[in-house]
Amino acid sequence: MDSKLVKNAIGRIVPTEVNGKQAVPFQGVGKYKPTGKKTAPPVATCADYPADGNKIVADIKTALIKAGIKDGMTISTHHHFRNGDLVANQIFDAAAEIGVKDLMWFPSASFPCQAPIIEHQKNGVIHHIEGSMNGPLGDYCSQGKMRGLGVLRSHGGRYQAVQDGEVHIDIAVIAAPTADPFGNANGLTGPSACGLLGFALADSQYADKVIIVTDNQVPFPCVPWQIQGNYVDFVVVMDKIGEPEKIISGTTQITKSPDRLLIAEMTAQFVKDAGIMKDGFSFQAGAGGTSLAFAIYLKEMMKDAGIKARFVRGGSNQYLVQMLEEGLTDYILDGQTFDLDGVRSMRENPGHVNTSPFTSYNYHGKGNFASMVDAVVLGATEVDINFNANVVTHSDGKLLHGIGGWQNCLFSKCTILPIPSFRDRIPVIVDEVTTVCGPGELIDVVVTERGIAINPKRTDLIDATKNSSLPIRSIKEIKAEIDEIIGSKPEKPKLGDKIIAVVKWVDGTILDSIYQVQD
Amino acid sequence: MDKAAEAGRKGQDVRSDCWIKITPKNTGGIQLNSNSKVGALFGKSIEKLVRDGLDFFGIINASVEFEDRGALPFVIMARLECAVRRLNLDNGKEWLPEIRECCSYETTRERFRRSRLYLPGNEAKFMLNAGLHKPDGLILDLEDSVAPSEKDAAQLMVRNALRQVDFYGAERMVRINQISQGLDDLKYIAPHNVHVILIPKCESGDQVRQVDAEIESLLKQKNLNHKILYMPIVESALGAIKAYEIASASPNVVALTIGLEDYTADIGTQRTLEGKESFWARSQVVNAARAAGVQPIDTVFSDVTDMDGLRESVYEAKSLGFDGKGCIHPRQIQVINESFAPQEIEIDKAKKIVLAFEKAESKGLGVVSLGSKMIDPPVVKRALQTIKLALDTGKLEPNWREGGEHHG
Repeated sequence: MDSKLVKNAIGRIVPTEVNGKQAVPFQGVGKYKPTGKKTAPPVATCADYPADGNKIVADIKTALIKAGIKDGMTISTHHHFRNGDLVANQIFDAAAEIGVKDLMWFPSASFPCQAPIIEHQKNGVIHHIEGSMNGPLGDYCSQGKMRGLGVLRSHGGRYQAVQDGEVHIDIAVIAAPTADPFGNANGLTGPSACGLLGFALADSQYADKVIIVTDNQVPFPCVPWQIQGNYVDFVVVMDKIGEPEKIISGTTQITKSPDRLLIAEMTAQFVKDAGIMKDGFSFQAGAGGTSLAFAIYLKEMMKDAGIKARFVRGGSNQYLVQMLEEGLTDYILDGQTFDLDGVRSMRENPGHVNTSPFTSYNYHGKGNFASMVDAVVLGATEVDINFNANVVTHSDGKLLHGIGGWQNCLFSKCTILPIPSFRDRIPVIVDEVTTVCGPGELIDVVVTERGIAINPKRTDLIDATKNSSLPIRSIKEIKAEIDEIIGSKPEKPKLGDKIIAVVKWVDGTILDSIYQVQD
Repeated sequence: MDKAAEAGRKGQDVRSDCWIKITPKNTGGIQLNSNSKVGALFGKSIEKLVRDGLDFFGIINASVEFEDRGALPFVIMARLECAVRRLNLDNGKEWLPEIRECCSYETTRERFRRSRLYLPGNEAKFMLNAGLHKPDGLILDLEDSVAPSEKDAAQLMVRNALRQVDFYGAERMVRINQISQGLDDLKYIAPHNVHVILIPKCESGDQVRQVDAEIESLLKQKNLNHKILYMPIVESALGAIKAYEIASASPNVVALTIGLEDYTADIGTQRTLEGKESFWARSQVVNAARAAGVQPIDTVFSDVTDMDGLRESVYEAKSLGFDGKGCIHPRQIQVINESFAPQEIEIDKAKKIVLAFEKAESKGLGVVSLGSKMIDPPVVKRALQTIKLALDTGKLEPNWREGGEHHG
């Protein structure tokens, strides 16, 4: 592959070709507007499908063969089971048995439970992964061992890539907690209930072939049909598709760290003092411990002030459900469900609404929810003095996290990053981030235990909080304080010249490159 | 076999600390084998610091193993010095980190001592951000939270922390060990801008005077003459009986406090939630402290999850006459500070006094009077503090002079 390197609009060096396809360098926020028609799946004919609606086949291997699996195809999966997924590994085990090679795996995210995929990369079944890589898979990629380039997309960016034809899914395999033989499916019930299946929506609509895998078969009709059977080719029934205790993951523990609680409290106080917390407002908080604590502090402040939100965006969990049930919000617009209370609420409460990356985040939609949210609270591994932020690599250059919905959420009216100013000895506020995942112009506030920095562009927020008792300081001042504590200037980590992955912006352009880590 | 010594801690769970093992040799120079969790960013500077330290102590031939878990330089320095001391190779030298500017503020006798947070003296990770939680005082503890075998390590850690860690305006306190063991702690503390020394299990005025004498001699040796204040802790039946003697033993005593775990054990009972068993001793401490003109400070509230219980316990302490309470978790600080906030009636009185004081000042009068009553300077000072406290805790608006109302 002979790819040129160019400097993009945010000053980062990026390749012009990714995995054999032309790539557009980042041009600026909202600048890149492709034209033409959206992609479409092949024309199907209902006469080719069983009239009795029974699409069940024996097993995954049979389904893959019937779907016409071939060398070099793209196979997609979703990550609603998080670290409790039992299906992805079986797909590629079956592919190995069939004897196909060089597949591209296109998960909406990967997790440590999928570490066996590394073996399938080594034995040639998988050529490369395009999708968020968490843990061991990210590590493998970081070491430069993956054959193609890793492509990191946001949840919205994944929808965009499918819809504008950048990624063509040959076979979508959708693990579904409940399904009928026709392929109607949802995540609301069954032993592997995960709430919703929004991350698999694009896959069901645009893939050439769609396979539903379930461990909870119900007679037709399976309602509500979050995934519509009319898109589905085959249904596979197996004993167990997920490990419930890992689906309902541990990321929903509130932090016990006093410092993080302080940061969460300061964040909630900021939302209040800046006048964002008012009747009919909306917010979104991620799944991390600090974000959860933020939601709890904000809830108390809302109660004290008698204020009610119109909607809250999930990642839902028991705390958001409590807000809904106590009447502190009219709706939860939910993109993924993090605990059993979230699953129950989505099943029972009409105010708990199932959303997808299409409704919330898609660049090719005629608008989306992300920009309508009054405040969003997100994590980051690093933020620089220009407010550019990183979520995928650590300061040592290692690729360890996916983007998730993070980039999409930056379009909120007020993007707040509550982060510790340093971890162990490693500064989180730096001169220049290792990898740009979010341009500074979209990041409004950084809350650390040592003070709150407001992006100078947001003079409105600066004015709104000028009488607040919060410690509002410039980002450079906070950085100077950390630098003094840390005691010596961090060295530049040793990175190779080899690009091992790229970070896409929400519009499909290349925002930054990730380099191989040297040992 | 070569004689070796180690210091610090290692392992996956260790944070902001490091471990070092030094085996002196006769030849071969320094064989340094180091690895660090933050090596990609600080590997070279860490290695240089370790080599500088060995050089400082004149160690030129040794095999050195070093494992770092994100320790800051002052922590690395304390661990290295500790290992050197354990080898008896320090020759009485101290490897001191610089005193940071943020460590050199002063305290006053009159300041509020509502909340004081205990931090284990041998654990750097808790120290770095503790001041951000805004306690009135931060205590680096050398006593109960430090294992007997690590007392020497903690002395160096506390010394270095006093020179490097920003307490963000909190009063800088150290709890030494019981007298007489505690006298040995003083040389690691007194010259390093400590504000208040807590004297545990104090049982006589003489013990306080021993601290006084030791500090005087230590400061003299270093040509220093700053004031160091004391907060003796009553933790036994004898201590309770001698409370007044202790509180009035030295002009440097600023507060008297009580430790109930040890006290209840000493009188042959157990601590209860209701606290009948310690009522006498607590009241004795309040009375002794007031009689001696020092602040009476209550014990710690040890259930860190029970914020309502903590609030109740502060109200009760306040009603008994205490001015402050101890805490063992940063999240207790805000509750304590708020619950010690002045009541409406106190604020009203303080406002009148402060306004009268300001009026007298603006007229150039030396005497402040309210109605027909003269007001003594300490009363004015106290009223100013009450106003400050009311402002701090949001009980009073910054514009209160213009008739701004305070909140109940």
